[in-house]
Amino acid sequence: MKIEIKRYTTEPEERSALITYEIDEKAQTLLEALNYIKTKLDPSLSFSSGCRSSVCGSCAVLVNGKETLACSHKIKEGDVIEPLKNMPILRDLVVDSQVAYEFNKKAKAWQSSHAKTQTLTIEDEKRNEVQSDCILCSSCFSACPVYSVNGSFLGPFALTRVWRYVSDARESEEQSKIENIQTNGIWDCTLCNECTIACPQGISSKGDIEKLRSKSAMHGFMDPNFAQSFGGGFSGGFGFDGSPAF
Amino acid sequence: MRECDVLVVGAGGAGLVAALNAHKAGAKVKIITKEYPTRSQTSMAQGGMNAALGNAGEDSVEAHIANTLKAAAGLGDEEMVTYMCQEAPKAVEWLNSIGVCFSRTEESKIAQRRLGGASAARACYAKDYTGLKILHTLYDRVLACEIEVLNERYLLNYITNVDEKGKKYIGGATFLNIRTGEVEVHESASVIVATGGYSRIYHKHSTNSSASTGDGIAAAIRAGARLSDMEFIQFHPTALKNSSILISESARGAGGHLLNSKGERFTNELAPRDEVARAIDAEIKKGEEIFLDIRHLGEHFIDEELPQERKLAKLYEGVDPVHELIPIKPAAHYTMGGIEVDNTSQTVIKGLFACGECANHKVHGANRLGGNSLLEIVVFGAQAGESAAEYSKDFHMPIDASLQRRRDENFIRGVKYFTNQIDFYQKREFIGNIFYNNVGIAREDMGLKAVLGAIRQIQKELPFMGPKDKSKHYNTNLVEFIEFGNMVELSEIVLVCAISRNESRGAHYRSDIPQANDIAYKAHTIVWKEDGVLCADFME
Repeated sequence: MKIEIKRYTTEPEERSALITYEIDEKAQTLLEALNYIKTKLDPSLSFSSGCRSSVCGSCAVLVNGKETLACSHKIKEGDVIEPLKNMPILRDLVVDSQVAYEFNKKAKAWQSSHAKTQTLTIEDEKRNEVQSDCILCSSCFSACPVYSVNGSFLGPFALTRVWRYVSDARESEEQSKIENIQTNGIWDCTLCNECTIACPQGISSKGDIEKLRSKSAMHGFMDPNFAQSFGGGFSGGFGFDGSPAF
Repeated sequence: MRECDVLVVGAGGAGLVAALNAHKAGAKVKIITKEYPTRSQTSMAQGGMNAALGNAGEDSVEAHIANTLKAAAGLGDEEMVTYMCQEAPKAVEWLNSIGVCFSRTEESKIAQRRLGGASAARACYAKDYTGLKILHTLYDRVLACEIEVLNERYLLNYITNVDEKGKKYIGGATFLNIRTGEVEVHESASVIVATGGYSRIYHKHSTNSSASTGDGIAAAIRAGARLSDMEFIQFHPTALKNSSILISESARGAGGHLLNSKGERFTNELAPRDEVARAIDAEIKKGEEIFLDIRHLGEHFIDEELPQERKLAKLYEGVDPVHELIPIKPAAHYTMGGIEVDNTSQTVIKGLFACGECANHKVHGANRLGGNSLLEIVVFGAQAGESAAEYSKDFHMPIDASLQRRRDENFIRGVKYFTNQIDFYQKREFIGNIFYNNVGIAREDMGLKAVLGAIRQIQKELPFMGPKDKSKHYNTNLVEFIEFGNMVELSEIVLVCAISRNESRGAHYRSDIPQANDIAYKAHTIVWKEDGVLCADFME
């Protein structure tokens, strides 16, 4: 079976090329195929991997243009493998994920203080059960088209993480958490849903961003785009869907 | 120049807990990892974290202590086990206070389930993502505390100096910056090793992440620290047959059965892991194929409590556990041995601390109970963090890193000139196979000695191996070769310990000597190096 891999190196000079590899039929997953290439054909091939079971978030790449975990993809004849988008490529399939992770810091994606309560209901638990399954593989970050126009956008996984904490019964400072995501945050999303399609864990950042928008409205924030289009004249007079509330 | 008070090497659960506690104690902390924090082995822990909360039926700290000591087969340190089990409820409370999304009961308490070897439902869990959710919440806390994290730097060696009384003390560590290819020196008053275990010696017969190569342990013995109980390696009874991917113990805890080819049950599925693994191994040696059967638990239950297991079985074995049997085999899962520490988590090198799987706090002894490793990383991670912060307050010694820097720079430069006449990837696979077959679930003297011979030969051949890729930037071929070197170093130690222990105890089962011998061997195996020569002894 043949697959193609986009190679990239800076040594001795910057080069990039699509290389075809003949893979042992025994390799089932893309990660097994990459390991086969590295240990048997070309040890210079660079990629990240860890757990092999879709929880460590190391091995996300593009397969035929779609974000995919290498360990969970069964290879097919002619698959084209490339590094994730929106992050600088370090070498071959390895990208600088630090660029993406920095947005967790900017979004202040954590619980504000230590909670005293020990009791949470099953209903409380279910509210952010799926969001806390995030493995930080950066697939959603790669799929998001907003970065081509706004490189400061907090992005899908960081905003999902903010929802994971503000929706938690243990969070005591919802207001400041919400305030922090107004600029370059929830209102910059176009709700295109690419992040939902890309997520290997079944998380919908788009859905979480919508929930954060309605929570923002409840806290008295509004969509700056609408405020602007109305000349900014209706201060505080909008519902969360942007419709005038008078 | 000293850049920080506490340098934490490794950013899994143990390292992050240590960093948070050292930070809380007022120390300037830096975390360095070869990956990124959320990619560590902790993310793979599924089953749960033990604490005698009694949220799902009666339980007590005493019962937790008794179960842990029983599984440890005479090698559990009673003082350390008692400390860990007493601290357990507080550890869970702390995780809950920082936002870990545990599963809940109808009474709004943290849900608990029963794992093997436990007398009660004691493991607090978060679906089958317990480790993942704990790890990510810890990482978020580290960001909130603005603790510095440096990624993609591979530990080479610890920096040690000697005081006027001739005693060694730590001064930091050297790293290979994977991105730049340069050797970096990070000086620090204290160092906490939290680099994980060495199960990847078993290569494709291990459930672990490919990063569990024992780097921090190998560097520790090179620096003059002592290791203990290195022969005790736990085999998880239920890994997927072809890929060694873990199927959580909670599948058996919930009522899953083990069947042979005839469809017969052949063991108590909820006995401690060493017993179950041996029972399976004995069946396999009779020519049976072994399966895990969870069909009777029903689709709803499987999707609710064991969703990962269903996904992984479908992907790697092509079977749907709701309707089909899951083919399994035991695989190397957890290494009980590690860096010898005292009751403050400090090693014999002043200022060098260790916690997590790389350390041996003697709480698991000869066999670890499911649910005690997530507990260990929180309890002893906190202890190591506090101890290191305390130590560094009174540290005013000079640090000279020049010798270590020179040595490691020479090594990184020199290793690229190794001749490459022998393929180390082939040798890595070979060691995995001979270890699984001879240093695995059932061992005997002749097989162990044959493997030791093979390992010593491979040690001599290392200069004929080396990385094929000579480039400087992001050279994973080079990193994997250094990892391989560390595993070869630890392989010899595991073998020397296993050969010395002429008895069967816990996970160390000698088919040629199937009984325990308390008079001679109810003691810990200790190893260290003197002038580069490996020495071993037993110590109570």
